[in-house]
Amino acid sequence: MSNVAIRCDRLAKQYRIGERETYKALREVITDAIAAPFRRVRSALSSSSNNGHQEESMIWAMEEVSFEIQRGEAVGIIGRNGAGKSTLLKILSRITEPTRGQAEIWGRVGSLLEIGTGFHPELSGRDNIYLNGAILGMKKAEIARKFDEIVAFSEIEKFIDTPVKRYSSGMYVRLAFAVAAHMETEILIVDEVLAVGDTQFQKKCLGKMGDAARHGRTVLMVSHNMAAIHALCSRAILLEQGRSVSDGNPLEVTRLYLDGFEKQSNSGTIDLRSPSIPRSGKTSIFCALRLKNGAGAPTTAYLSGDDMVLEFDLEPPFPVPDPVLFVGVDDNLGRRIFTVSSQYSQTEFPALDRPLTAICTIPGLCLLPGRYSMSICVGTSYDWSIDLIVNVACFDVHASDYFGTGRMPPQDLGAVLVKSQWQMASEVSPV
Amino acid sequence: MVSVGKQPVSAMTFAAELPHTVIRSSRGWVSLNLNELWHYRELLFFLAWRDIKVRYMQTALGAAWAIIQPLLSMIVFTIFFGRLAKVPSNGIPYPLFAYSALVPWQLFAFALTESSNSVVLNERLITKVYFPKLVIPLASVLAGLVDFLIAFPLVIGMMIWYHITPTWALLTLPLFVLFTMATALAVGLWLSALNVQYRDVRHTLTFIVQFWLFASPVAYPSTLVPVRWRPLYGLNPMAGVIEGFRWALLREAPAPGPMLAVSVLVTAMILVGGLYYFRRMEKTFADVV
Repeated sequence: MSNVAIRCDRLAKQYRIGERETYKALREVITDAIAAPFRRVRSALSSSSNNGHQEESMIWAMEEVSFEIQRGEAVGIIGRNGAGKSTLLKILSRITEPTRGQAEIWGRVGSLLEIGTGFHPELSGRDNIYLNGAILGMKKAEIARKFDEIVAFSEIEKFIDTPVKRYSSGMYVRLAFAVAAHMETEILIVDEVLAVGDTQFQKKCLGKMGDAARHGRTVLMVSHNMAAIHALCSRAILLEQGRSVSDGNPLEVTRLYLDGFEKQSNSGTIDLRSPSIPRSGKTSIFCALRLKNGAGAPTTAYLSGDDMVLEFDLEPPFPVPDPVLFVGVDDNLGRRIFTVSSQYSQTEFPALDRPLTAICTIPGLCLLPGRYSMSICVGTSYDWSIDLIVNVACFDVHASDYFGTGRMPPQDLGAVLVKSQWQMASEVSPV
Repeated sequence: MVSVGKQPVSAMTFAAELPHTVIRSSRGWVSLNLNELWHYRELLFFLAWRDIKVRYMQTALGAAWAIIQPLLSMIVFTIFFGRLAKVPSNGIPYPLFAYSALVPWQLFAFALTESSNSVVLNERLITKVYFPKLVIPLASVLAGLVDFLIAFPLVIGMMIWYHITPTWALLTLPLFVLFTMATALAVGLWLSALNVQYRDVRHTLTFIVQFWLFASPVAYPSTLVPVRWRPLYGLNPMAGVIEGFRWALLREAPAPGPMLAVSVLVTAMILVGGLYYFRRMEKTFADVV
């Protein structure tokens, strides 16, 4: 017996540009029909320049996507906006048909492209649970059986008979997800729904989806949240311009995805010889800076917890005895998050009397996702700013499963990630 | 602490028979797939129930509207057509004559309007969830039935008032109710699918309904039409529906005969055509709506 849950074979989908707006007025169709013969004559006269017109107004939202997903796998689909992620989910949810290729699915599909689909603001939470459940394909008896569980999960027991138009957006999302989370299909297709709601509830949803994956259900999800992908998925597929370009271990695939951003900006190597570099020191010593990851590959994109390696090419115009290097990291608000220095780690460098390369390794970046800027400085223990370059480089930190729990504190609870261990004692021991 | 599975876990449930779906571009005419529609019958009822509940929640008079509309129409018709224009009513008291036609007419007009707009109004559902889209216009037609059930008892009241006893023909009344809904659905299927492509449909709808009212024997009896032309008159299926309704309720009303047969045939043709047309257009709804 085959153990395949989803098989996509060269799926492709073509859209007319702006197709979503192209419902026409009957009047236009009639005038078009009248004008058509004239147009045809005109285009025949004006050579073949019009031939490409038909092709131009069509775009391939998905060009060729093939993969196979085994039962019980949790697969994350990643890619930039417009890479074809949503189109893929829409095809697999049977909302829209592919233009070419085919997909086969074994099992019932529950798709969650939006939460709260069909919620009616005038109806009470109770009514909407039934309505939404039915829309998601649940039977009435099934909803009735799970009703209490759904209400408990949503944490809105008190307001269950209030029309949802009076709900806060958080309550609305909680109720909607609670219904969706109780679908019992063999395959679950989820689109970025975790991006909504408060952090606390997002985590609860992540947990619930983790349960789904562990109970042998096949999960296919689209997310921009790399932490969620790492925590939930056993595999990731990277889409680029409508094609699947990478498929495999989520860590490696997300890395490739982040590197893609990287290629667009710069390769992590910054030439510092140019006179246009704003220097605040006495002279120029730095002539290049290279940002690398733990594996030694140049990058400016890191995951929380990644190792960061910095290489400085130093060319001193005069010998510098007892050199000391500093690296300061600021967040995008300009707050200094941390400073590392060869001085603090008691590294004694030889005198800078010839071109040398200094290497700094920062193991396990404990930074929250975001963009950071870096300032570098070289000096001596008594004259610390011989060459100082402020904001010399930018790098990005992306969310990862830093704590191994799929959870991460929100930005407003601090700037760094700190590991901790917790336990509960039955009694406070006397000091 | 929530632990999350990082490794693929082999499926615990190996249901022997998992449904197998093949997704590919369909061309030309597709089957109606009524099996699937049956499978989604609960959704059909939930959508109809939603429409009904929301409609009555948002109105101050609530269910009273269902009676007020045909009642006021009846009064106006009675004054202008019955009293002033002296339109014949086959010996039936004119108010009852008009009301017994207005009730099925109201059901038809409402079901037609709602179902024609239904697909466009349920855009969110169509672009986010899969289900057989036929459920949407069907639910709209079904929701109209509630208004009918509220307005109908007044017919009985008027029959008692005018001392009119029904005949065994009353037993056929449910069939005529079904016929009314089938006619509304038949036309509604075409218009709802067209409405997705051409938004003009929405604007022409009020005109269609108004025009159709005067083309149907609501304010006047079909006996005004010469006998040999009556089967032709039956091409308007509402002629068959309304005369059938009167015949089922009122002793004095003539049997519709061949006119009804023509009407049933016309409705059946529009309905089958509408179902296939709707199914054919359905796949493009999500891309166009």
